[in-house]
Amino acid sequence: MWALIKRIWGVVRRPSVHYSLGFLTLGGFIMGVLFWGAFNTAMELTNTETFCTGCHEMRDNVFAELKTTIHYSNRSGVRATCSDCHVPHNWTDKIARKMQASKEVWGKIFGTINTREKFLAHRLELAQHEWARLKANNSLECRNCHSSDSMDITRQSTRAAEAHERFLFTGEKTCIDCHKGIAHQLPDMSQQSTWMEAPSGKALENATAFLEQRQKETN
Amino acid sequence: MKRFALAIAALLGLLVTLAAAEDKVATLRPVTPLAESGEAAPMPNVVNTDIRQVRNYPEQPPLIPHKIDNYQVDKNSNKCLTCHSRAAIETSQAPMVSITHFMNRDNQFLASVTPRRYFCNQCHVVQTDARPLLENEFVDVDAVLEYVKSKEGAN
Repeated sequence: MWALIKRIWGVVRRPSVHYSLGFLTLGGFIMGVLFWGAFNTAMELTNTETFCTGCHEMRDNVFAELKTTIHYSNRSGVRATCSDCHVPHNWTDKIARKMQASKEVWGKIFGTINTREKFLAHRLELAQHEWARLKANNSLECRNCHSSDSMDITRQSTRAAEAHERFLFTGEKTCIDCHKGIAHQLPDMSQQSTWMEAPSGKALENATAFLEQRQKETN
Repeated sequence: MKRFALAIAALLGLLVTLAAAEDKVATLRPVTPLAESGEAAPMPNVVNTDIRQVRNYPEQPPLIPHKIDNYQVDKNSNKCLTCHSRAAIETSQAPMVSITHFMNRDNQFLASVTPRRYFCNQCHVVQTDARPLLENEFVDVDAVLEYVKSKEGAN
């Protein structure tokens, strides 16, 4: 047994002694193609809607909600699947996101959101992660389809055209700032400052200082 | 005998009006027999012009001049108020929700929209471009006042 291990180790350590260089190069190339193909195929498999909705957590909550929205059913029949919005298309970013997703596997195993109630309790936190991600990459996943260069605002309603002109084209805001809850229902937003009414830090500071002063005076 | 004749006349009159009504009134199911289901009328489009419309009477809740498809209005969030709330209108330039909506039922003004006025769609609706089945004979109050004034002038 020991001898066998030793022999295999010898071959692995110095393969060119035992096999021809051509065989090793060709073999390495073929194995490389196979490995790469298999790796990418497996990863693409985890990007499909069938895979995502394989778990009831996704199928019964977020996927059910998506079905009523324009990103699932619309006049032209073009639609977004889960990964179109939730997984970056760029390879390195995709790998990074997939590694983050190991946390989601953990959640699945330990049933973090395995009931509707648990899901709703976590919904705000989960949504905030996605909002932060899209805010950080300037709504990249939206822009994979909705390019502002190709956006003809004369075909939009007056209201939409004005808003896009003022906020999108100037770069003042990014898609997710205004279009939260576009594909799934929103969590409890009462503690969230909406895109319109984010109070400026100064005003809030002034108000806090004033109230604290009053408190002191009354005591 | 006279009473009997009157009754007959009344009955005849009623029948005639009923028959006439049958011809005139357009219903949602014009010709299809009761046991069959007719062809569905095409769905009208929502008017999306963003142009505010005149209220037909002062108390009328203003119509929504834009689409509100999939607007979430529930305990968690109110999509309408993201633009129409007091704090949002500077950015959105949308009309602010009326101050009467801040009033509770004891006429006390609250800091924000009162729960009884929270569900916008209870009163405010979109307008579709559907053709009315019957001509609307509603007369605006201004027209009524004009009419009264002209009558007074004549007397």
